[in-house]
Amino acid sequence: MSLQFVVDGLLTGSMIGLGAIGVTLTYSILRFSNFAHGDFMAWGTYATLAVVSAIGATFGRMAPIAPLSFGWPLLVALVVGMAFTALLALLLDKVLFSRLRSQGQAIIVVMASFGASMALRSLLEFTFTSRPTYFSRAIQIAMPVGFGIRITPDQIALLLLTAVLVLGVHLLMTRTQTGRAMQALSQNAALARIVGIDVASVVRVTWVIGGALACVAGVTIGILVQIRPFMGFDMLLPMFAAAILGGIGSIPGAVLGGLIIGLAEAAAVQLIGAEWRAAVSFIILMAVLFVRPIGLFGVRER
Amino acid sequence: MSETVLDVHDLEAGYEPGVPIVRGASITVGKGEIVVVLGPNGAGKSSFIKAIAGLVPITAGTVFLDGKDITAAPAHTMVRLGLAFVPQTENIFPLMSVEDNLKVACGILERREIPARIDEMYAAFPDLVRQRRTAAGNLSGGQRQMLAVARALIVHPKVLVLDEPSAGLSPKFVSMVFEMLAGIRKSGVTILLVEQNAKAALAIGDRAYVLVEGKDRHEGVASELWNDPVVAELYLGQRPARAGKGGAA
Repeated sequence: MSLQFVVDGLLTGSMIGLGAIGVTLTYSILRFSNFAHGDFMAWGTYATLAVVSAIGATFGRMAPIAPLSFGWPLLVALVVGMAFTALLALLLDKVLFSRLRSQGQAIIVVMASFGASMALRSLLEFTFTSRPTYFSRAIQIAMPVGFGIRITPDQIALLLLTAVLVLGVHLLMTRTQTGRAMQALSQNAALARIVGIDVASVVRVTWVIGGALACVAGVTIGILVQIRPFMGFDMLLPMFAAAILGGIGSIPGAVLGGLIIGLAEAAAVQLIGAEWRAAVSFIILMAVLFVRPIGLFGVRER
Repeated sequence: MSETVLDVHDLEAGYEPGVPIVRGASITVGKGEIVVVLGPNGAGKSSFIKAIAGLVPITAGTVFLDGKDITAAPAHTMVRLGLAFVPQTENIFPLMSVEDNLKVACGILERREIPARIDEMYAAFPDLVRQRRTAAGNLSGGQRQMLAVARALIVHPKVLVLDEPSAGLSPKFVSMVFEMLAGIRKSGVTILLVEQNAKAALAIGDRAYVLVEGKDRHEGVASELWNDPVVAELYLGQRPARAGKGGAA
């Protein structure tokens, strides 16, 4: 068999992992499953695409950076898209989630996120149609790297970007006062207030991180696969499976969970058949819930 | 009496509107004092100090800290105003290390002041130094209380408020916790505490209040209250709390 599935799996897995960071943070800090998280990915991607087009229209076409399929406009647009997605998440929290949260019933917030998810997706279809689109139609030549594995420069660059972002978020969570406040809030909200943590500001930081990373995950999918209004929604099950497999609240867990699910999906496509791809996340999710519901890095609450 | 640090007047508080648990309780705490709030089970002692700390909605009355009205201040602003609260249970972050438990409480301190302040806490609570990298959830009951108190003291509070610091501890740790509180007072910190263990609390306290049905019903010098017949009566004819034989000495 070919080992190509390893590269494919790592790539899918890193996208799942980036998305799962947002899912696991919202789950552990705001205590609800945000079903609209996938749609943050799609909105971020379309926002980035819009900015790329605007830059192209204003400054003319720019050559891509050396071996990559994209150039500086995409990188600039990505930063704008991340900010946009963060603001979208903050806005949605302000007008919808925070009001429902204050009523104290998590299930209402979950249902609201489901509704928000459908609305956001429909708005994208309405505005951009459901026809797939692309950042670049250029074909990249994959380089052989041995063992029958081939990888494109884009893939290498995006894997590196993911690694840098994951490391950054991990350091933020473990080494900064903001990160400690986030951990504190996820472990004991009442005590967090007692020690002087402003819950509202920590909640805002959580949305900003989750939204920005969702945008990066979406743009990665956009570069490597395609851009569709359903691109984020289709990632929802793998992202939740990754967050739960890794242990809710754990950043390294979410990323490792994403990589495991990505690899399992890719292996299933190669060994069993492509039609089984979508079932993999579901099987893993069920297995984790039955065997070890706290996940790989989860800790049992006292 | 010395200068008043905490002045609670006619406090009424409860979780649900129209169902007050605290019904017009008043106390004062002077600078450098240890004031104890006693009372039978269900007297509303815990709700009383939680209301002071901003954790139970206040419906009437006032709370002044150092002359400043803090009645309506949100819980997360209390440490900045000078009131540090130690809850009875779940008073540490179990998955964070001992050191991170201290650091996370330092939000209101100057950044460069923090390392020195943490070292001061380690000096005051040497047991914690050896465990600095341990997840706080793995500490023993007594060490958890130390960490919770250290975490509260680290921000230089004007008043330290504790909800039953001896609850759920083995007798060895109970005396350790009260010794610790006596030591903290010596360093000049004002303390307000609610206790079930009346005997031990009165032994270190200066003054005490007896709270019954959400209202302060009696007040006195701590050392005299133990033999006060009124207190015994307020406790429905019983000796306060789990007093043993000969406890009146």
